[in-house]
Amino acid sequence: MQLIFERSREGRRCAILPKSDVPVVALPADQLRSQAPKLPMVSEIDLSRHYTELEKHVHGVNDGFYPLGSCTMKYNPQINNEMASLPGFANIHPLQDESTMQGAMEMLYTAKEYLCEITGMDDMTFQPAAGAHGEFTGILMMKAYHHHRGDKHRTKIMIPDAAHGTNPATAAMAGYTVVTIPSDENGFVNLDKLREAVGPDTAGLMLTNPNTIGIFDPHICEITDIIHEAGGLCYYDGANLNAVMGVVRPGDMGFDVIHLNLHKSFSTPHGGGGPGSGPVGCKSILAPYLPKYNVVKDEDGTFRFDHAPHTIGMMRGFYGNSLVNVRALSYLLTLGNVGPRRVAENAVLNANYMKNRLAEKFDIAFPGICMHEFVITMSRVKKETGVSALDMAKGMLDYGIHPPTMYFPIMVDEALMVEPTETESKETMDEAVQIYLDLYEKAYSDPQVLKTAPHNTPIRRPDEVGAARNPKVRYLF
Amino acid sequence: MSYIPNTDLERKQMLDVVGIKHLDDLFTVVPQNLKVECLDLPEPMSELEVSKTLRAMAAKNKVYASIFRGAGAYQHYIPSIVKSVTSKETFVSAYTPYQAEISQGVLQSIFEYQTMISELTGMDASNASVYDGPSAAAEAMNMTRERNRNKVLVSAAAHPMAIESIATYFFGNEMEMELIPLKDGVTDMDALASMLNNNIAGVYLQHPNYFGLLEDAQKAGELAHSVGAKYVMSVNPIATSLMKTPREYGADVAVGDGQPLGMPLSFGGPYVGFMACTNAMLRKLPGRIVGETVDAEGSRAFVLTLQAREQHIRREKASSNICSNHALMAMVASVYMSAMGPHGMAEAAQLCYSKAHYAASKISKIPGFELQHKGDFFHEFVTKVPCDPRKVLDLLDKKDILGGLPVENGILWAVTEMNSKDQIDTLVNVLKEVSRSCN
Amino acid sequence: MNVPQNLHYTKSHEWILFLDDTTARIGITDFAQHELGDLVFVNLPQVGDKVEIDQVFADVESVKAVSDIYGPVTGEISAVNEELSDSPQLLNTQPYDAWFIEVKNISDKMKFLNAAEYQQFCEEDEGH
Repeated sequence: MQLIFERSREGRRCAILPKSDVPVVALPADQLRSQAPKLPMVSEIDLSRHYTELEKHVHGVNDGFYPLGSCTMKYNPQINNEMASLPGFANIHPLQDESTMQGAMEMLYTAKEYLCEITGMDDMTFQPAAGAHGEFTGILMMKAYHHHRGDKHRTKIMIPDAAHGTNPATAAMAGYTVVTIPSDENGFVNLDKLREAVGPDTAGLMLTNPNTIGIFDPHICEITDIIHEAGGLCYYDGANLNAVMGVVRPGDMGFDVIHLNLHKSFSTPHGGGGPGSGPVGCKSILAPYLPKYNVVKDEDGTFRFDHAPHTIGMMRGFYGNSLVNVRALSYLLTLGNVGPRRVAENAVLNANYMKNRLAEKFDIAFPGICMHEFVITMSRVKKETGVSALDMAKGMLDYGIHPPTMYFPIMVDEALMVEPTETESKETMDEAVQIYLDLYEKAYSDPQVLKTAPHNTPIRRPDEVGAARNPKVRYLF
Repeated sequence: MSYIPNTDLERKQMLDVVGIKHLDDLFTVVPQNLKVECLDLPEPMSELEVSKTLRAMAAKNKVYASIFRGAGAYQHYIPSIVKSVTSKETFVSAYTPYQAEISQGVLQSIFEYQTMISELTGMDASNASVYDGPSAAAEAMNMTRERNRNKVLVSAAAHPMAIESIATYFFGNEMEMELIPLKDGVTDMDALASMLNNNIAGVYLQHPNYFGLLEDAQKAGELAHSVGAKYVMSVNPIATSLMKTPREYGADVAVGDGQPLGMPLSFGGPYVGFMACTNAMLRKLPGRIVGETVDAEGSRAFVLTLQAREQHIRREKASSNICSNHALMAMVASVYMSAMGPHGMAEAAQLCYSKAHYAASKISKIPGFELQHKGDFFHEFVTKVPCDPRKVLDLLDKKDILGGLPVENGILWAVTEMNSKDQIDTLVNVLKEVSRSCN
Repeated sequence: MNVPQNLHYTKSHEWILFLDDTTARIGITDFAQHELGDLVFVNLPQVGDKVEIDQVFADVESVKAVSDIYGPVTGEISAVNEELSDSPQLLNTQPYDAWFIEVKNISDKMKFLNAAEYQQFCEEDEGH
């Protein structure tokens, strides 16, 4: 494929803007850049063909099965996109007078009502732009809470070894020391180790339930009690909400603050890596620390922005990824009161169905009923054939299906984590299962094919070592 | 029904394979006392009802015909091709390009974006984007930290939300920040000089600044480097296509908000934050970065690279927890910059500058609306107000005009290529009326 | 697996070459580079920094992982091998030449393994 710069030709351009209808005022010479930026010089047809070609080398949810564990790649409904592009949402300047933005504020407020009910929280901010951003927001709110009470000696956050990398990175970014809590043989937080680790220097805990292996920890209330008794607070990573929404609520499990990934459980698109939205919900004890620009509703039904009395400030400009939040609200309205549970039931059933069928050949890291995702370990297959989780994943690319998540969670050797989601049909999963089983056979009959896979994709395996040793991060003219 | 294709029959077949009777049996592990009885929410809506409900909400928002307000969110013309390309379902619904072999489209698009941002800012390298300008500012100041340098100096003329974001991030990483005072709306370079010492990690300057004014970006850079501090500049991407780049001013890091590059006002988001830096700072850049390499057969290929900086590998040793980028918005920016090209972008910048100066010269002649500051400006300027700004803005609102933003010492007006001469003249006439009625 | 006789070793796979009683060079072993895979970057300390027994003084990056390098002695860093910054692959091709740091004023040392003991340790480590 050509780069847009390689399609560029001197003199080509689109005619977008008119001539000036006011006198041209030249910028002073000493303010001007010495050379024009080397941006593409193309006609619109070049642009159109360029992106059409790129599109053929992208895998969207509309292309096929996308069972990435921990990502919840469910279908992105079209109505969501249509609603987000309504001029009444898309063309509103964030600094308009509140009286002229009542509908936008109602959108945020309504989404807040739905999500607080689903999660068992009392209040919520939509400022964070992503899950990690939400984590940072929530942990800063915890820090503000402790500092406000004079508890500055609480410097430690407990995080299970199975946690997603953003959790310890967030704790560190918030100035905390991470205490890693080992999991027991069932993948649950080791309660004894947790009891040993907590103390007067405990600020809190970060956890997800179901955990990153896809298992629901029934001792969750004991865990949150242990933290609360030590004077800490409990943070819920909402990445796995798809398994339990409508079934159980983080607020009822003892969590004080949570983030949600709207681009996971709430169907907003991934966009090739963003934009997402990571709203943070909290119990009333943490509400005084919410970031600025919280939408509140007055008695007469008017909406306005409010700043919490001890707000942590702002995580970014303005109020959040509003057009993403519109998409989520559109989905929430579709779910209503019974939708969340239906989603969870079908997501969990789909995962268990695939797991049971794959268990025919593959080793499942934690057998037994799983939640919305499960982990295969390729450890034995690697020993016996040399074919690793990576090789298996690359082999799938030749069959036109997107591989599952590789090498996560880190405590499972040669892990492949599969999350079908509820928007996949039985026949799609059956096709995928057949491909996985065929590949398993291939690992034993012809391992070399998998070790050098993929063969039929636009490019073969890239040299990542070279890319990291000699970074080339831009086109050189 | 919630986009679930499987029917009761298919569910029954799957339950049989799993070996359980009811869907409820999937959740026996959940303690009974925790189980939700029912959610106190309205009934599910059909697509038609959703459409009606959200359209009604959208209708309660006023979309102005004529906009003269900026302050971090600007109305620019969005070429049609930007919308048509970036609404393709494949681009919209794709995941992060971790499987390079089937994601070359996304990876190449980001590589192109990184190149364009590097060209625009004059810097050596760019990341794949972050959330927005203010959070990019906070991440950039975090990059400047060194062992004995924990404090940064931030111009008081930076966008207030950028200042707030830096302060909030610093509540986390425990760095310190001090504001550099202003003189007639621009950063006081003498004050900056007196505040610098060997403990300063970085200096942050926005150019043009929050009040639209042009700063002495050259001096700020020289001063910062004289004590070994890093120089971080925040720039407007339209302005930078015509004006001296952060590189030419000696910046170590350049950041800003890419919203003007093809994104509608969007009630505040999603926008995109760009971050570019010198080669020396490359490994301190947070977030995703795409690099060029070759595949097993020697063909050019693109991959996510330098991942060992990031949270999924470094965990608590990562300098930032950032996981995602605003990939689709970066694509919007790329398509915009390609559709406009270097000539189109320079034209946009020139139109903004000319029209803002036209508007300023007319408005400032109206009694009570004199310019607040003496310095040159790009496309925003502050004027005095002869009476309560509310009165001014209400009158404008009646004419379907969104006036400038009330700020501490007046009104901050923004003018872009979207404001025709007629719109500006109409604005001026209304302000003349206001001026008369105030006296 | 290459294990030169003239060096001292630790269980965290560092090698130490004493230049005199209180000065030494430190690097990582052939076993270590093999386990780590292709190395792409090294985060080195600065001259003048202190190194302490069992404290992390550097780290190495492969494409998918970061590994800490631990101090086998306590002392002051008198030199840093800048060549590693440009060519981290030297750690893979010549691990015993690609030293990380030189330490002077060594005030304390761990209990080291000799070549034979280290070789045995690695063989047991592999087997487990």
